[in-house]
Amino acid sequence: MSATPGLTSAPRPPRPEAAPPRPYHFPQFEHRILANGMRLIVAPVPKLPIATVLMLAEGGAAADPSGREGVAQLTAQLLLEGSEHIDGASLTEQLELLGATAGASADWDVAVVRCTALVENLPRALEILGGVLRAPAFPEREVDRLKAERIADLLQLRADPGALADETFARVAYADGSRYALPAGGNEQTVRAIVRGDVQRFYEERYCPEAMTVIVAGAMTVDESEQLITRLFADWRGTPPRATRIDDAPGARTRRVHLVSKPEAPQSELRVGHVGVPRAHPDYFAIVVMNAILGGLFSSRINLNLREQHGYTYGAHTGFDWRRHAGPFGADTAVKSDVTDAAIREIIAEIERMREMPVSAEELSLATSYLDGVFPIRYETTDAIASAIANLEVYGLGDAWLDRYRERVRAVTVEDVQRAARAHLRPEELQVVVVGDPAVVREKLESLGIGPVTVVDSER
Amino acid sequence: MHIPISTLTLGNGLRVVLSEDHTAPIVAVNLWYHVGSANERPGRTGFAHLFEHMLFQGSADVAANEHFELVARAGGTLNGSTWLDRTNYFETVPSNQLELALWLEANRMGWLLPAMTQQKLDTQRDVVQNERRWSMDNQPYGSWWEKLPALAYPPEHPFHHSLIGSMTDLDAASLEDVAAFFATYYTPDNAVLTIAGDFDAAAAQALVEKHFGGIPRGSGKPPLPDMTLPPTFGGWKREVVEDDVMLPRLFLGFRTPAFGTPDYYAASVCAAVLGMRKGSRLHRILVRERQVASDAGAFTYDLSKGADLLVVDVTARPEISADRLEEEVAALVDELHGVGVTEAEVARAAALIETELVAALQSAGERADRLSMFATYFGDPALINRQLEAYAAVTAEDVTRFAQARLGPDNRVSLLYVPRGAPGSESLVEAEAHA
Repeated sequence: MSATPGLTSAPRPPRPEAAPPRPYHFPQFEHRILANGMRLIVAPVPKLPIATVLMLAEGGAAADPSGREGVAQLTAQLLLEGSEHIDGASLTEQLELLGATAGASADWDVAVVRCTALVENLPRALEILGGVLRAPAFPEREVDRLKAERIADLLQLRADPGALADETFARVAYADGSRYALPAGGNEQTVRAIVRGDVQRFYEERYCPEAMTVIVAGAMTVDESEQLITRLFADWRGTPPRATRIDDAPGARTRRVHLVSKPEAPQSELRVGHVGVPRAHPDYFAIVVMNAILGGLFSSRINLNLREQHGYTYGAHTGFDWRRHAGPFGADTAVKSDVTDAAIREIIAEIERMREMPVSAEELSLATSYLDGVFPIRYETTDAIASAIANLEVYGLGDAWLDRYRERVRAVTVEDVQRAARAHLRPEELQVVVVGDPAVVREKLESLGIGPVTVVDSER
Repeated sequence: MHIPISTLTLGNGLRVVLSEDHTAPIVAVNLWYHVGSANERPGRTGFAHLFEHMLFQGSADVAANEHFELVARAGGTLNGSTWLDRTNYFETVPSNQLELALWLEANRMGWLLPAMTQQKLDTQRDVVQNERRWSMDNQPYGSWWEKLPALAYPPEHPFHHSLIGSMTDLDAASLEDVAAFFATYYTPDNAVLTIAGDFDAAAAQALVEKHFGGIPRGSGKPPLPDMTLPPTFGGWKREVVEDDVMLPRLFLGFRTPAFGTPDYYAASVCAAVLGMRKGSRLHRILVRERQVASDAGAFTYDLSKGADLLVVDVTARPEISADRLEEEVAALVDELHGVGVTEAEVARAAALIETELVAALQSAGERADRLSMFATYFGDPALINRQLEAYAAVTAEDVTRFAQARLGPDNRVSLLYVPRGAPGSESLVEAEAHA
């Protein structure tokens, strides 16, 4: 061995070949339907003595009544603030004494009460959660408190360049009046307008056993789970909710630059994108592979360009936000202020190149072999397994979807990728949001010549 | 719950930890180097982390950024991270790709320097400076990362200075620094390699020997200075920070026993009693009951050398002034210091910690990282199987005794963030002078 540290004289072992892969199957799961129509899906995963339970209701933010945006998230949070039998503080204490990690939230499409606990404690934790899910009290005091906490969050957002960029991008990407133009949690005006009666009404309309699904993943058998969930919920009755239809129309159809002023900011937060496509779109797999190449992977075109070639940023990504209706597509990054214009030029050029030129066979195989190979690594925890099953339900993908995922990813071709890029990337319609220092970036943005520059009022 | 463990040490000093689990065809490879920002020399703050970036810039047989590409193509995930007293690198890959991950780690441990160029260093310097801007300089309250350790550890202490580094020091980093740091710290005898997941122990041992066995032992690293500190700060050091923020926020720190010492567990449970989840004291009293805070939590840094830091982090509600926020938090902590905790509070904390630990250990990457941690800090990866026991043994009396010894006004440092130009912010800055 060499005596000089840092210089290894031993022969270098050659680059290895992969061994044959071992098979993997997503955990098997079974369906049950309770007498009241509530659905139950159980995935027994006996590895560790732990389980995750998700209770899904049709109470996502897309169902918010106009002028009361934010009520869906508030309602979900308020479920854990007590019933007529127990107040929120005691409920929290009892769950936490059981070591249960419990929470309730609403995304755009669905409300979910989630609980992870050691299996020995899970039945008692679910009894507590089942009780409030069936008969929440929505105490006036807690309605007011959680509204005030949301308003504090919105206030914080004004000083947070990344959050401000996200909020502004949604507002300019969607048409005025579209639900997706406002934050899922509502804005200050709509949250202030919410009263307890709005929450009660939303709950009565959206949380009904006929339209709910309970998912259990972990060290529980199908029979144990069925007995437990039947005992907690089978005698609960309700009226099914109506389907939600929302407006996902884009805002401007021409390229524009929206500058949110943050004087002396050392970086510019950038969002560059437009309205994307609904989750159930037939091009889903081609889009996922195309996005991986464009900006989804570390070795994607946009990250290698902005980070590794130019050193403009710590990281740059693109993504499609998958929802029942068309969520946004966009690139996001934060770049040093003096290269704001150059970074935007590179992002737009990469989006255009994706449409104009076929990707190479190497790029395609990198994306597909990554998405194929990483599949088992995504489902190591009971929470991840339960969440994957929840997606099947929320987006109506069918039970075979996870089992077919890998072959469908592998089937995507160079032509599919280009077709998806041409159909779903629209460079002329990109909305560019910059949260940055106008003294440094404004003139540069104007001389970039990609579209009119407007200064946006961040306090709206 | 019992994690199976076997260990071996190569002739060059590399310590290896193996933990089999065949429930899915996944394997995690995790490498801890016992070096962090604490080992940086004066004028080179941020270098340990910049160096971590350079480890992804290729080695003798790996091109720049090829590491990312090879792992992605194999269907794996990867990353690295730098902390005050360690740096880790890790991949989780399909189990048939175990050798690829080992080869990549060995190639850069043994043969990094041929791939280092000035251009790569310059680009990563730009990337890291942008990481600093993004995570600290352009982030509300972001400077707490740098200011709190600076307050809590004396200037000559290795934990005092900035982990991300100053722009000036990052500018000064050279290729010579890269070569010297590599030779000193990136040696097999200063590292722990853990493999967790779906592998055959005998085959894995042979692969480890094949890829790492030829890398020579280092010639030793300079010892860190004595890091022991008195048990308390000996007062309450306050700093008021005007920042581009909308709401006041208080970081209140306490000097606590180092991670892994017997008294650490009482400190960790105390942090959970104070600030873990919504049933904690801070949340229940300040957010729910008194409604003076919009958010509240507490945590420990888990530093294994010298002294650890317990931090209470509370953000005000919009109508609450910075002064009032500090009074409310201090009153709550004073009560805990004076009166102690209840058995129910300790039971709640222990139950939450247990669930969190079991949930985390589902993932091969988490298991591997914790095994590497216990092996690096304490020479004993099997400590992973004694954590639940150690937490279960903590009594209310232990936590009360800890609170009496360490949460008093003689053992505090605080950073109070106030909105720039807010009414009263000037008088707050003056208040600092007599603190």
